[in-house]
Formats: sequence, structure tokens, C-alpha cells
Amino acid sequence: MVRVQEAPFDPGAELAALTRGRTDVGAVASFTGLVRDVAGDQAISAMTLEHYPGMTEKQLAEIEAEANRRWPLQASLIVHRYGRMLPGEPIVLVATASEHRAAALEACAFLIDWLKTKAPFWKIEESPAGSRWVESRTSDDEAAARW
Amino acid sequence: MKVLYFAWLRTKTGKASEEVSPPAEITTVGELMEWLAASRPGFAEAMAVPGVIRAAVNQDYAEPGHPLRPGDEVAFFPPVTGG
Repeated sequence: MVRVQEAPFDPGAELAALTRGRTDVGAVASFTGLVRDVAGDQAISAMTLEHYPGMTEKQLAEIEAEANRRWPLQASLIVHRYGRMLPGEPIVLVATASEHRAAALEACAFLIDWLKTKAPFWKIEESPAGSRWVESRTSDDEAAARW
Repeated sequence: MKVLYFAWLRTKTGKASEEVSPPAEITTVGELMEWLAASRPGFAEAMAVPGVIRAAVNQDYAEPGHPLRPGDEVAFFPPVTGG
């Protein structure tokens, strides 16, 4: 399932809901991305995410479908926020459920690596020096390319 | 044809979207970029940095050689930074 929303979410509650009522799941893996209050040597007071409504959902659904083609998943979830958020708040959650750990862990890493290079989101950081667009990192491209 | 701009490309061009009617000889994403840059200094400035602008046609990533059809939704944006 894919959800793109402005409102904060509770990663623990999302994970509990992922397997609620099921007794066939043996492994759940998850990644939660949070807003940090520092970037390099710069204090960060807030972050705003812009996205491309429509394309975002389409790309996330394709990434999720690809994970389900590659690994035997029993459930998967991508929640990604947009809008303004404060340090400590969750930005993104990806979670996978499978019978065994390898598929869940690998699919989870794949989902966040591909999401970071394919999902059309852009971050602006607010700091005492003003606001600036976050630049993409080549390390993210390398992480996505390993899959 | 609807053209969308995102992130700092939106601030450089000064608009989030616009309806454009390029001449018939504009048939690919790359040609549309050149055509837009000719009359939009902000877009030309962004294009001056090679390989930075990404394109999507009808919400799928598209290379410069991707063909265009009337009614397409074309978006231009810098590398994504989500997650």
C-alpha cells in the first residue's frame, strides 16, 4: 500500500496495522526517515517537502510492485509526507513483511534506495542562514544502482 | 500542452505550470526544452548546467529523445531529494 500525506503518522501504529490479525508473517522489516536538526555544521529548524502530485503516487506504486516481483512479500507499505515538518518528525516509512528475514530486510532496503532516487520529492531546509534546496547525493544513486 | 516546473526550477522560471503551443517541428522532450529555453531566461539558466534538469511525460521519467504528443503533460525538475 502507498500513502502520500501531509499529516504526521505514527510508525509504531503503522507497523502494528501491517500484520494485525495475521499469523502467517514471520518477519517485518522497516525503515523510518526523520527530520534532523542539523545538516553538516548548519542547524536546521524545519524542512519542507514539495512533490509532484500524481507522479509521486504512480512512481511509489511502481517501486512497490517491483519489490513484490523480486521478493516473496506478504505485505508492504510506503508512507511519505509532504509539506512543512519539524526536527524529530517522521518523513517516510517503508515496511515489508515476509515469512523469513532475508526477503523482508532486502526488500525494505530496496524500497528506500529506489524511493530516494525515483520518487519526485524535493526538500527545502530552513536554517538561521535562510532556506535552501537540498542537493541530491551521488551516494544515493550508488545505493539505488546496487539493486 | 501542459508544462509543469518543480523545486528550484519553479522559482527560476517564476511559475509552477503553463499551457504552451510549440510549433509542429517540436516533436521530442529535448526539442521542447530548447524551445522553452529560447524565450525563458530562467529555464535557459537551469539548462546551462548539463544533465541537471530531469523530465517526465505523463508522470513517467522521459529522456530527451522521448516523443511528444498533443495533450501530453510534461514536467521538468531538478534531481529528486525525497526519503
